[in-house]
Amino acid sequence: MAATIQVDIVSAEQQLFSGKANEVFALAAEGEVGILPHHTQFLSTLKPGLVRIVSGDEEEHFFVAGGVLEVQPEVVTILADSALRAEDLDEARALEAKQRAEEAMQKAQSEIDFAKAESELAEAVAQLEAITKLRERLSKQGLTH
Amino acid sequence: MAGASKEIRGKINSIKNTQKITKAMEMVAAAKMRRAQTRMEATRPYVDKLKRVLGHVASAHPEYKHPYTQASEEKKIGLLVISSDRGLCGGLNNNLFRRCIQQIKAWQEGGAEVKLALIGRKAETFFKHVGGDVVASAVDLGDAPHLEDLLGSIRVMLDMLDNGELDALYIASNEFVNTMTQKPKIEQLVPAQPAEATEKKPVYWDYIYEPDAKTALDMLMKRYIEGLVYGAVVENAACEQSARMIAMKNATDNAGKIIKELQLAYNKARQAAITQEISEIVSGAAAIEG
Repeated sequence: MAATIQVDIVSAEQQLFSGKANEVFALAAEGEVGILPHHTQFLSTLKPGLVRIVSGDEEEHFFVAGGVLEVQPEVVTILADSALRAEDLDEARALEAKQRAEEAMQKAQSEIDFAKAESELAEAVAQLEAITKLRERLSKQGLTH
Repeated sequence: MAGASKEIRGKINSIKNTQKITKAMEMVAAAKMRRAQTRMEATRPYVDKLKRVLGHVASAHPEYKHPYTQASEEKKIGLLVISSDRGLCGGLNNNLFRRCIQQIKAWQEGGAEVKLALIGRKAETFFKHVGGDVVASAVDLGDAPHLEDLLGSIRVMLDMLDNGELDALYIASNEFVNTMTQKPKIEQLVPAQPAEATEKKPVYWDYIYEPDAKTALDMLMKRYIEGLVYGAVVENAACEQSARMIAMKNATDNAGKIIKELQLAYNKARQAAITQEISEIVSGAAAIEG
């Protein structure tokens, strides 16, 4: 059997492939690259397209929407994007997040009122403690019945 | 006396109804927790591989050093707070907020400015009450959070890092220790902790970059931050479900105990009423006979 190289294809939401291969093809920033074992270190962005993994006579195909390709002599890592990405799309999302923050915080002051924060948290903690005490009391009574 | 026992019976019924609801919520949370845990496992490989690649990058001698890896004085700090959208999950969110408030106070005492990005409705409500310089917010992520919904808030923070409006980025979220325990934690994202060089070869090497070092490393760093944030959000979702399951289990148990107690009181009241009635009849009969 010919030399092999470890290949991992992962996206944020799942692992797509992990195993040995003889050769890997991917669509790098400046065109398709074929990677054989003992390839020199290589780092590239990926274009949307097919990743082909050849091992023996078998060939597996994966579609990636973009991402990062990293090659080390013994291992190839493909960090695939799970979401469709575009610069203006990201920009629109950022704007949305900002607006949402502005709307939500309209009446709030920009300085944190620590006294208020602490009293609010203390109240929540007191509630929890009261519940725990109630439980203890009930469980003690439970024993006597 | 009949009035008292009727009142108790009403109370027992209402607590039984509450118990049914908490029991149902417990079972729903248990099912959701299993799915959330599976999702959490599924994101691990991505984060692991990202860290591995970053470890490689750290051991290389790149021609271009990414600003996110450069340590600088932390005077303008961004904090990304990850909370749940819904309550009824015990002290999960409050413990996290307490940890955040302590940390923010410490930073401000050190003379740093803190800007916040919030994820989850609970964080929004909390900081609306207590104030805070909030620059981005995302809510309604649902049970299966998607990366797309987080990108906006992350982008706002990254843009501010690029403009020099921030020089450090932290993330606050709950760590899933096990089903019973969740721990609030604050982690530093930027400057990236110097990832340990995986191989300590004295060989001088660098990557071949496509299209160029800056573009490739910029994208890698961006994915790194996004991947870690997404991982934290998914982990927090698992924490939320397990905390809710425990809280609801406790509530169901407590309701059971209260019902037991009330049942006892009810039986006593009923017994007393019967005894009283009998003694009334007996004394009535005695009066007639006499």
